[in-house]
This record gives sequence, C-alpha cells and structure tokens, in this order.
Amino acid sequence: MADRTLPIDGSLDLTPPREEHESTILETLHAWVITVDHKKLGLMYMMMAIFFLLVAGGEVLCIRIQLALPNNHFLSPQVFNRLFTMHGTTMVFLVGIPLVFAFANYIVPLQVGARDMAFPRLNAFSFWMTLFGGIFLYYSFLGGGGLYGVGNAPDVTWWAYAPLTSRAFSPGNATDYWALALIVTGFGTLGGAVNVIATAISMRCKGMTLMRMPLLVWLMLVDSALLLVTITPLTAAQIMLVIDRYLGAHFFDTQAGGSAVVWMHFFWIFGHPEVYVLVFPAFAIASEVIPVFSRKAIFGYPAMVAASVGIAFVSLGVWAHHMFTVGMTSAGNAFFVLSTMLVGIPTGIKIFNWLATMWGGKIRFHVPMLFCTAFLFQFLAAGLTGIMLSVAPLDWQLHGSYFVIAHFHYILVGAIVFNTFAGIYYWFPKATGRMMSETLGKWHFWLFLIGFHLTFDTMHFVGFEGMPRWIYTYPADRGWANLNLLISLGGLIQGIAVLIFAYNLISSLLNGKIAGNDPWDAWTLEWSTASPPPDYNFSTDPVVHSRRPLWDLKHPEDPDWKYE
Amino acid sequence: MSAIPLVPGGHVHEWHLPSRGRIGMYCLIIGESAIFTIFVVAYVFYIGKSLSGPTPQQVLDVPIFNTICLLSSSVTIWLAERAIERNSLRTFGLWWAATITLGIVFMIGTGIEWYKLIYHDGLTIRTNLFGTTFYSLVGLHATHVVVGLSMMLIVFLFTLTGHVRYENSERIQVLALYWHFVDAVWVVVFTVVYIVGR
Repeated sequence: MADRTLPIDGSLDLTPPREEHESTILETLHAWVITVDHKKLGLMYMMMAIFFLLVAGGEVLCIRIQLALPNNHFLSPQVFNRLFTMHGTTMVFLVGIPLVFAFANYIVPLQVGARDMAFPRLNAFSFWMTLFGGIFLYYSFLGGGGLYGVGNAPDVTWWAYAPLTSRAFSPGNATDYWALALIVTGFGTLGGAVNVIATAISMRCKGMTLMRMPLLVWLMLVDSALLLVTITPLTAAQIMLVIDRYLGAHFFDTQAGGSAVVWMHFFWIFGHPEVYVLVFPAFAIASEVIPVFSRKAIFGYPAMVAASVGIAFVSLGVWAHHMFTVGMTSAGNAFFVLSTMLVGIPTGIKIFNWLATMWGGKIRFHVPMLFCTAFLFQFLAAGLTGIMLSVAPLDWQLHGSYFVIAHFHYILVGAIVFNTFAGIYYWFPKATGRMMSETLGKWHFWLFLIGFHLTFDTMHFVGFEGMPRWIYTYPADRGWANLNLLISLGGLIQGIAVLIFAYNLISSLLNGKIAGNDPWDAWTLEWSTASPPPDYNFSTDPVVHSRRPLWDLKHPEDPDWKYE
Repeated sequence: MSAIPLVPGGHVHEWHLPSRGRIGMYCLIIGESAIFTIFVVAYVFYIGKSLSGPTPQQVLDVPIFNTICLLSSSVTIWLAERAIERNSLRTFGLWWAATITLGIVFMIGTGIEWYKLIYHDGLTIRTNLFGTTFYSLVGLHATHVVVGLSMMLIVFLFTLTGHVRYENSERIQVLALYWHFVDAVWVVVFTVVYIVGR
C-alpha cells in the first residue's frame, strides 16, 4: 500500500509499519519453501553456503589431523582420498557458487531499485536445483556402492581426471554421483546466471544508466555472463563422462584412440574461469565496503568496470596453465604463460583503485573494513604467487606440491572467505534489522587472520620443501613434520574463529542492537528502505541521478551528479 | 518490460530497457552455444582418429532433404512471427503448424538415418570414436529440436483454444529466437559432420 501523496523521488524510507502477527512454525516453513522472493532465496543460498562451509571445513579438519604427524593412521588412504575430493567439490560448487547467488540475489534487485529479480520462479527453481545437487552429492556417502558394491563418496579429486574416472578404474557409482550431482547444480547455476543478467539489464530503476549501477551489480553482471560460458563446458564434459561410463563411448578412452588430455582441456576450460567466477563477489563486496568505510566514492569507477570485463575475457584464455606438466609444445606453454601474466594487469588496476579509494579517506575500521583490508594484502600476495606459478619452468617444480594449494587457498580463503565475512557483517543489519556484535566480530577477525596466516604462509614453505599434494601421510625424515603441525594448528585456530562467527550470527539474530535503515551511512539504494526490507522492497519506484543516490539525498547542496 | 513511471510535475520521461524475456533467451543461447562448442571441438579433434569400425566416408549420406526441411522451418516460423504482429491469428496458426510439421519431418529423417547406421552399417555410440562423437553431437542437437518442438506444440494447442493473441507476440518471438538458434546450430553441425568430417 504505497502512499501516493509522497512528492520525493527515491526518497528515504517510507515503509508503512509492519503488521505484527504470529505465524505457526509450519506457516513460516511453508512461506520459505514456496517463496520466489529474491531476499528469502538469497538468504537460503547463504544458509546453504554456510552449512556446506562447515561440512567441508569439518572434512579438512579431519585431513589436517591426519597430516599433523608423520606416519599417522587417523584416516585410511581411501577415506583420505574421499575427504579431499569432497572438500574441494563441496567448497567450489556448494559454497562458492551459492555465495555468488546469495549476494547477487539479495542485493542486486535492491541496488537497482527493482521489486524482485527478472524471473522469480526461475530463481526458486535454480536454488532448489543447487540444493538438491548438493544433497545428491552427499548421498554418495551412503549410496555410492551401486551394483558393484565398490566405492562410497567420490575419491577421484575434484577435477576427476580421465582415465581414473572410467568404469575400469572407478567401479561403483561414486564417480557417477560426482558427475550427475554437478550436472544438476550446473542447471541451477545457469538459471541463476540468466536471472542476474536479465535483472541488471532490464530491471533498473529510472535514471540508473549502466554507468550509474553500483559496482556490485556490475561485478555480478560480468560474473554471470562469465558463468554462462564457464559452467557449460563442465556440463558438456560431464555428459561425455557419463556417456563413456554408461553407454560405452570412447571420449576419454585411450584404448579406443580417445584422449585423457581432452578431459583435462575441457575441465580446465571450465576450471580456470570458474575461479574468477568465485572471486568476483569478493571484488564486489570490496567495491561496496571500502568506499563506505573510507568515506570516499570509489576511485576510478570506469576503470573498475573495464578491468572487470577485462579480467573475465582474459580468464577464458589461460586454462592450460593447469597443464604445464602434461607435455604441451613449447609454443603452447609459452602462450599460456603470457596470457596468464596478462591477467595481472586488470587485477592490478583494481587493487590500485581500492587503495586509492582509501588514500586520503577518513577510514573507520569496523569489522567489515578489517576483513576488506586484510583482503587487499592477501589478494595481492595470492596474485604474486600466481604469477610465480605462471612461469612454466617454475611450475614444473611446484606443480602438484603444497605451494599450489597455498596459492589457491590464499585466494579462496584469504580473498573470498574474508570478503564473504565482510559482506555478511555489512549486510546482516539490512537483512535482519539488527547489528552483529563488533566485539565478537573483532575476536573472529583477529583469530581467523592469525590462523589463516599460520596455515597458509607455512604451506608455501612446505611446498617449497617438496611435499606433494594428495598424499595421505609422509615419512618422518623429510623435514615436513613441524611445518605440517603448524599448518594443522592454524586450521584449528580458524575453526575456532568460525565457531565464534557462527555464535555471533545466531546471538545477534536473537538480540543484536536494532540497526535502522542505514547504520553505516552508506550511499546505495538498499540503504534507503527498511531493515529488513518489506516484501515489495520500495514504497515508490526510486529515481536516481548519480552513482550514489543516497549521498545526493543526504547532501542536496553537494550532489554527485554535478561531478559525474 | 519497460518502466515509465510518472514523475510529479506531470512530465513522462522515456526509460526503455530491453525486454527481460529476450535477454534471458539470448543468455540461454550463449550458454547452449558453449555446450555445443565443446561437443564440436571433440568431434573435430577426433576426426580420422578411430582405430577401427566404419568411417564417415563409408556410411554417411548427406541429409539434404532433412536440412532443407529444418532451414525452411526457420522461414515458416519467421512468417508466423510477422503474422501475429499483424494480428492475423489464422495465418499465424497455419505457419506455426507448418514449422512444427517441418521439424517433425526432420526428426523422422534423422530416425531413418540412424536406423540405417545402427542396423545396416553397425555404427553405434560405442563402436569407435566416430560413433561416439557423431551420436553425441547430432543427438544433442536432436534433443534441442525435440525440446523446441514440445514448446511449439504447447503454443499450438493454446492457439487452437484461442488463447494466443497479438499481446503475446513478444513471447512468440522469444520462442522463435530459440528455434532460430536450433537451426543455426544445425548449420554448424551439418558443416562439421557431413562436409568437413567426411
């Protein structure tokens, strides 16, 4: 029931007071299960991501207990293989991708001033497909035996190289669970990507040209466009794998002239852009949090847009840097060395622009800003170790060692998880109407930072010392034992930090301080409506004239549109 | 859908955004093109690499009639789109039915071709690399044809009950976009399989 007497375009919150009435538990559950509302679906994606983060975190803690001491027998080699396969698969597909859509679904419609996503029912379909795929994957622990009674959860690593995945070498259904579960989540991902693109292009409020969209919306748009051509090669390759396993086809069957290297190419044509897909939300969150907590508009907005598009394009041409040790030609190797190094340019532009945003600003180190600042240093370091690995001869020494694990976890944890925490602390007040505890947040941050660095800084060195990946134990005389113990200890500290975060989440939900619409004094449209927003988001359709509509409303004497 | 809200002061600003259905269909087409590209790359990479069994030259006949049917169906669907834009619902229904018929003829032709390949030439998906890549690529395309035909059939049933009108022409065009995509893929598949690969 919008109040039609209101004169102001896109004004600050005009939400009529909510009617209070008690719902039964069943009514509440029903409302959530049948919802097509982007906010509820975004929160469900987030709940799914956090749940699977804890599950995969548990898996890696088991791995770290096994590796903490030499010649350990906490886990058998078979269980070890299943755990690291499921850890990787879960983190990428059941945590990383859902996080993309958690933030995109909740925030994009609010930031473009729309009532919902472009295709609400497709949105619901995509979420439930993703969740079902996840449950299906985990059912393999129970049902992976199949007719042959062999196997359990998949144990073929998260990239499932041929011919290990052929019927001959992976009897039972474990590999089938891997392939089919990911085909199912892949359809959910495709639906989500289509939705985000259509929303960003077709649902913007009046006055919001493409170059006035918040950077988060730009990054989610580019991310989704990248997803269209990233997840689909994996779906194609997995269909080929299933056809090989069940219809006797020969795509990856070397006995019949097929090639296992073809699987590698197809997988990494997916796998490399995928990691950029996973990191774009971290960029998006940094681009929203850093300006607000530096009290300065983002430095170099057009360059940020161009750099994001550039990163997406370059990421499509670097995949074989995962295959330097396979034996491609020198020319082939050289091409991928150069193309991989190229990605450092647009990425560097983004890092400089974030720093330039902070420079000369009035920085407030609330918890979201703490996480984003750590992100800047960690993402830079991860980029540098990536450039190290892009040098093929050095990669020949480091491929398959813990150095590589350290590099990509520096991004996955150091950039993505850190900024996910930043994003949750930043938007939790909007989604729930309550602030999270700053004190608990700071404990969470510092413990997680210490644990992260203890684990992953040390991991670079144990990689240099020659420790290979995918081994379930190691002898005592290699000199790896102390380093591994430190790595495991760091893992434990991170686990404790995450428990503090989980406690903070729940206790703030129950009795956090009331937030109001705009606790951070921010500038994008989601802060103009109530916390939590009403179902319809905005009482009147917003009209914007600049990149920071709320700044214009709060400072009518000095609006942004005079300078853009 | 474009939003043209009335701003106080009485003036209406033009604020037109692309239709979300069209954008959604373009996105789907881009994604599906990526899937087809992977299957085409596999096909091209494995040309001439079969260790045994029938070769394309031995068993493939160029499906000219099928191709003409499928490509003409793009023309007939285009005519149907123009008809509904003019509100000529009977003409629309006729051209729409023609499109579906041509699509079905294409599928029957594919079935006849595959019957010959399987039972007379002994080529199955597991025979050799040619069989594997041929049936998966052409089969993937055929699957997309079937999906398109199913959607068009549903629209045809709604046409017969009088529920499809001029107001729905945008949605008809979005579906026609999918059908044009299926035809474009056939041009690529046809070229790769029956011309380049033979």
